[in-house]
Amino acid sequence: MILVIAEQRSGKLNRATWEAIAGAQQLAAAQNNEAVSVLVAGSSASGVASELAAAAVQEVVTIDNPALEPYTPDGYTAALQQAIAQLSPSTVVLPHTYQTRDFAPKLAARLDRSIITDVTAVKRAGNDVAFVRPMFQGKLTADVVAEGPGPHFVTFQIGAFRADQAARGSAPTTVRPLTVAVDASAIRQKPEAPFQEARQAVDLSQAERIVSVGRGIKEQSNIPLAQALADALGAELAASRPICDAGWLPMERQVGSSGQTVAPKLYLALGISGAIQHLVGMKGANTIVAINKDPDAPIFEVADYGIVGDLFEIVPALTAALKGS
Amino acid sequence: MKIAVCIKQVPTRDWQPRLNDAKTWIREQDATYEMNEPDAYALEEALRLREKQGGEVVVCSAGPSRVAQVLREALARGADRAIHVEDEGLGNADAFVIAGALASAMQDEQFDLILTGLQSDDQGFAQTGVILAERLNRSHATIIMDVQVNGGQVRVKRELEGGWFQWVDMAMPAVLTIQSGINQLRYATLKGIMAAKKKEIRKSPLPAATAAKSRIVALYPPEKAKKTQMISGSPAEAAKELVRRLRDDARVIQ
Repeated sequence: MILVIAEQRSGKLNRATWEAIAGAQQLAAAQNNEAVSVLVAGSSASGVASELAAAAVQEVVTIDNPALEPYTPDGYTAALQQAIAQLSPSTVVLPHTYQTRDFAPKLAARLDRSIITDVTAVKRAGNDVAFVRPMFQGKLTADVVAEGPGPHFVTFQIGAFRADQAARGSAPTTVRPLTVAVDASAIRQKPEAPFQEARQAVDLSQAERIVSVGRGIKEQSNIPLAQALADALGAELAASRPICDAGWLPMERQVGSSGQTVAPKLYLALGISGAIQHLVGMKGANTIVAINKDPDAPIFEVADYGIVGDLFEIVPALTAALKGS
Repeated sequence: MKIAVCIKQVPTRDWQPRLNDAKTWIREQDATYEMNEPDAYALEEALRLREKQGGEVVVCSAGPSRVAQVLREALARGADRAIHVEDEGLGNADAFVIAGALASAMQDEQFDLILTGLQSDDQGFAQTGVILAERLNRSHATIIMDVQVNGGQVRVKRELEGGWFQWVDMAMPAVLTIQSGINQLRYATLKGIMAAKKKEIRKSPLPAATAAKSRIVALYPPEKAKKTQMISGSPAEAAKELVRRLRDDARVIQ
């Protein structure tokens, strides 16, 4: 059985869970149509469980335990270790969220089992199932096989599978509570409530057109070059993480896994190599244009239009071409 | 306060990948290398904590003999000494092997804090720090953007997705994985480079019983998700042609 670990916070399901279910269903097809089950843990998991019961899966298992709210890596590892011992899955599937990154390697290490992270696809490799994942900042792709006894842990990259492709059942599936013991006094992390820091005055998710700059812009004094192009296009200006880290643009203009997720009609990437943390934030854009000096930059894999060259020559030419017509 | 920083040496950003004959790994001998960027931020954070709290910063790396170069660089930036788990087979090791090697080398040192980057720019597992915490039975927190030490407690700002954060308190000893951009990096001074030559790099043996838990069966350039129309010509020609296609074909501008 393939076990999907759902993610919820304060009774709200993370949408990436449905992507993980879709991925698990594809993995099941590659593993002799193995059954898929979903597990959701928290202090009031029942609401989320009824939502998940719509999936075409064997069952939804719930763990309701006050020690699991708020989330801590110690609490989740203790609870899931027991759940896995009771359910004996062959594979444990998780969405590659920040929360998964926080506890899944610990859980795998506790059980001394393999974990393959940031997986984008599943394929057969002889008698094995191979997991496809990016390496070297997206410059190369690897097919990776898990070694040693199961369960094997697999985390699926956000956006690798589509939530609407998760098969739904004709009727809600069974929801079954599971009891585990979590010693609250053994939880070493004391988390406070999440908060938002950046003034979210700029809602890039609503922008129709975005001009986005990366390391290739080289210096803060070159930002006006991109701003001029954005103005000519009627676009918002955005950036990849290193630009906001350097303080050249405010954090609220960051696109990517740690910033905003955008889906404009036009996304113009200037000097952005296309590391996966950036791609997950913008690959839903309708039309993507990449301008980069490196013809092998991963950004070209998702681009509709590409120009290889010096952005300091091409961007002014582009601004002029837009103004001149 | 005794702080360890785990550092990985990775290919440089402008490195053009070349594969080995079996197409299961890169040609390591052809690559140029640098310090993994998130690890550089972890080192900087450790140096700043030492400036406030006093104590010692020890940099650790598990890798082939070539990684001595990034350890030397970390010493030049201000780390006090280094530990190198040296084995030529570690270049393509998985996170379990690396974490096992680091755990064994650190076992006898009583580190209050262990810092490392949230992930590496080569294999990008985002696992090593967390597995290391479990192997050493330490509390941990990941993707950290602020570290405040107060007595035996550490308070950290953990990054969540989409611009959200969370403060987490825990007792030391602890392991933290550091996010890029937490601070402003310093670079080595000439004085630092000279001083680094006299600092110790202790070699530590690779423990025998750390088996890999995953295997790369194929490595290849990524398959394109889209058919990209490449536009060539002079900057002015390419710009004009791009505008035409955006207007007439894609219809995303007026």
